[in-house]
Amino acid sequence: MKFVKTVGLALLGSALAMGAASAQEKTIKIATEGAYAPWNFTGAGGKLEGFEIDLANDLCARMKVKCEIVAQDWDGIIPALTAKKYDAIMAGMSITDERKKTIDFAGPYVNGPNGYMVAKSSPLAKMAGTGQAYNLGTQQAAAEKAIEASKEILKGKTVGVQGSTIHANFADKYLKGTAEIREYKTTEQHDLDLAAGRIDAVLADSTAIMGTLDKPEFKDYVMVGPSITGGLLGAGVGVGLRKGDDELKKSFNEAIKAAIQDGTVKTLSMKWFKVDISPKG
Amino acid sequence: MDFAFMRDTFLTLMGGVPLTLNLSFTSVALGAVLAMLLALMRMSRIKVLDWPAQGYVFVFRGTPLLVQIFLIYYGLGQFRPTLQAWGLWTFFREPYWCAVLALTLNTAAYASEIIRGGLQSVPHNQVEAARACGMSGFLLFRRIVFPIAVRQALPAYGSEIILMVKATSLASIITMMEVTGLAAKLISQTFRAVEVFIVAGLIYLILNFIITRIIMAIEWWLSPHLRRPPAIEPRLEAAHV
Repeated sequence: MKFVKTVGLALLGSALAMGAASAQEKTIKIATEGAYAPWNFTGAGGKLEGFEIDLANDLCARMKVKCEIVAQDWDGIIPALTAKKYDAIMAGMSITDERKKTIDFAGPYVNGPNGYMVAKSSPLAKMAGTGQAYNLGTQQAAAEKAIEASKEILKGKTVGVQGSTIHANFADKYLKGTAEIREYKTTEQHDLDLAAGRIDAVLADSTAIMGTLDKPEFKDYVMVGPSITGGLLGAGVGVGLRKGDDELKKSFNEAIKAAIQDGTVKTLSMKWFKVDISPKG
Repeated sequence: MDFAFMRDTFLTLMGGVPLTLNLSFTSVALGAVLAMLLALMRMSRIKVLDWPAQGYVFVFRGTPLLVQIFLIYYGLGQFRPTLQAWGLWTFFREPYWCAVLALTLNTAAYASEIIRGGLQSVPHNQVEAARACGMSGFLLFRRIVFPIAVRQALPAYGSEIILMVKATSLASIITMMEVTGLAAKLISQTFRAVEVFIVAGLIYLILNFIITRIIMAIEWWLSPHLRRPPAIEPRLEAAHV
């Protein structure tokens, strides 16, 4: 009798262990762009690297799931999520009302401002508002005044933005009629065109600009203009999820909260961006 | 399917049609001139002319147009000081001219082979007959060889024109907002890829439908010998009724 009990317990134990193991092996597929350094980029040897790759691995460890990170072109990154090609997006995607109509977000995990990148020798280097910070959501009047002041110098210039981004929306709303706007597929492309002198300025996320300024080819360029967050620039960067995926959203939210609280996000932010853009408060 | 949305999409994308047609026709027209030149070089039987033409066709037919556009725009953009010194930068600075250049160079490679095929298909006895009538040199080319060659090459050339209309969609990677560029922008705003691309595809279909009809009309006009002689019968039949 004792023998049967022992075998039974052993069987039960192994069944439980197997159950636990299969829970461990639950795989989440996360898409990133792979062309948005230092957020996510394809490093030497073709491996995905960057802030979001590190953060994704940390969050997955916290959620006790296995993660597979795949690269997906920015253009199709939301349609492919809704088509269930993967389960989550971590690609520097800002949480905006417009995107919320189609997908859901967990987070934000970071919140950084935008800025302009121009040549040091260009007249645009003297843009008004450099060094000032505004939130379009909470201090709209002051922020728009600063944007107006910074626009003065952009008259008749050509500004490059990445298409389908909050910066493209920002340019559409505030720069249309002032400057000519050109839309690029990736930030690398507008950086190349700025270096080639086809455009006078690049409007992008400050972290992306900092990443570019780090490269030796861009030592003669600077970031200028007021630092704007909030409003149509979104409520920070979050994990894009399919609507109705509430369980995944909950576990991502918990993991993000823990990662912010114990300083992991700040550490990773300092490592990749040289500034702390972890959400405050 | 949301038809109101698709109608709005159609109207938005129609804004890109002038640029799509502009890029297609400019590059096809310039490409045809270059193609004619290349075809004549290939048929000259002079090695210093034949070989460069062969090499050109090999390179531009053998590499993807996407790569060509990318290299001409972003690649040459890196040699700005040199291009400025040569006075070419005002040309290469503009995405429009880079797109026209890439499309022209590409279509010229394909079209030169089509034209060469057309020229070689001109029956020898027709040329001999023309010579017997005392025609030679440019007169022979203009009156006999060229019209027959054009007629032979037209079906293949029509396909090439259609391919070029579709190829202009690649210009969107260098910031040209033609139909596909606008479609991509609209998708990024609405995330409704399926509807937007259906409408974009429909627009290309309409454009190419019109172009195929025009080419068919030209073919008909160039082939009077293949048409049936006008019939007199119908009038008699009408009298019976």
